[in-house]
Amino acid sequence: MKINVDRSRCVGAGQCVLTAPALFDQGEEDGLVEVLEAEPDATQAAAARMAAQVCPSGTITLIH
Amino acid sequence: MTLSEPEATEFPVRLPGEPFPPRQYADFRKRPGLIRSTLPTGSPVWLVSRHEDVRTVLTDRRISSNPAREGFPNVAKTGGVPTQEQIPGWFVGIDPPEHGRFRKALIPEFSVRRIREWRPLIQETVDRCVDHLLSLGDSADLVAEFALPVPSLVISTMLGVPFVDREFFESRTKTLVNLKTTTEDERSAAVQELLRYIGRLIKVKQKRPGDDLISRLLESAVLTPEELTGVIMLLLIAGHETTANNIALGVVTLLSNPQWIGDDRAVDELLRYHSVADLVALRVAVEDVEIGGQLVRAGEGIIPLIAGANHDLDSFERPDEFDPGRAARHHVAFGYGVHQCLGQNLVRAEMEIVYQTLFRRVPTLAIDADVAALPFKYDGTLFGLHELPVRW
Repeated sequence: MKINVDRSRCVGAGQCVLTAPALFDQGEEDGLVEVLEAEPDATQAAAARMAAQVCPSGTITLIH
Repeated sequence: MTLSEPEATEFPVRLPGEPFPPRQYADFRKRPGLIRSTLPTGSPVWLVSRHEDVRTVLTDRRISSNPAREGFPNVAKTGGVPTQEQIPGWFVGIDPPEHGRFRKALIPEFSVRRIREWRPLIQETVDRCVDHLLSLGDSADLVAEFALPVPSLVISTMLGVPFVDREFFESRTKTLVNLKTTTEDERSAAVQELLRYIGRLIKVKQKRPGDDLISRLLESAVLTPEELTGVIMLLLIAGHETTANNIALGVVTLLSNPQWIGDDRAVDELLRYHSVADLVALRVAVEDVEIGGQLVRAGEGIIPLIAGANHDLDSFERPDEFDPGRAARHHVAFGYGVHQCLGQNLVRAEMEIVYQTLFRRVPTLAIDADVAALPFKYDGTLFGLHELPVRW
């Protein structure tokens, strides 16, 4: 699984950071999504899927 | 796809004695397509009650949140969503791409990280509000004396409102909320006073910047001072009554489910369970669009029912049960799409700190009334409590 983000779509809700803090952060300056771990291991896969599902702006996509 | 128009259904109302989502919503979700209804103003409107359909409405670019557009639904008894002409910078009513200019300027101020930095200050404010509550003796109205002051004092500190003006700020914002005890004239006077005050505050910050949100937004110069006035007013209003309603309803629900007191997972479940902003995400179709198998024509108003979506059996097991152990992060209590609540992480922090502090410092807190007979806001666009008598 690979995490792909389109920062131009991000609205900075922070849902991904709350859902999968090991995988996502928000930029210090702009508050937009930053990927900490683009290829999550099996233990983080469910959190990655949840983060993609709760993102309000369709910023996060998962490539299998 | 259904092209024909279904027969009109009466606009749903909350009935005294059954506070959580109007009973009709469950019936709405079972019916095919969308619900055709008539607003209290007499205008026709589409009601959307399924979780998936609500998320579709709130992300489809052919659907607008601009209140100046023909067909935009108005559910408020007075006023409604201000247009850009009325209050420039009221960006919940601005569509992309222009919306992005406002949102992006504000995102860093409300990120998970930034709100974490504000937590000590929120804690201090909540402690002061508990001090005030306890100073009143052994009983009080929790809404007026605690739930409304907390968000108002927190946001005024974040904005950089001088300490001496916080009482003015708090009293005017409270006037806007008290639909029962204030007149429309008093409320519009309070709006004008606040707008003038914010305008003056911006001028002060232009001369003497501080470590606050207004000063930082002025420095970035993305927004004009006039737009900034509207933005600040929006932050103030959007985060005030909504948060107060969540705080007060949460106290009622946690006192009825005390096993969850002290567990921060309760916060998102309270947000889902109560869905206070049920009738807030108003929209209008700009082009013909199909939602949930129903054709909605350009110019027709749409109301995604937030409480309907958050109690949809297809997305939440036992939706009418309060269960913080469930995975409910996909709730739409803060809306969805580009307009999803900017202040959501602030609200979460305020609720977490409020419940931790209130129940620790006032362990004998109890509701001083029959819960079913409490004055819930059955007729408002926001769900909540007009008053919450408590004793300790």
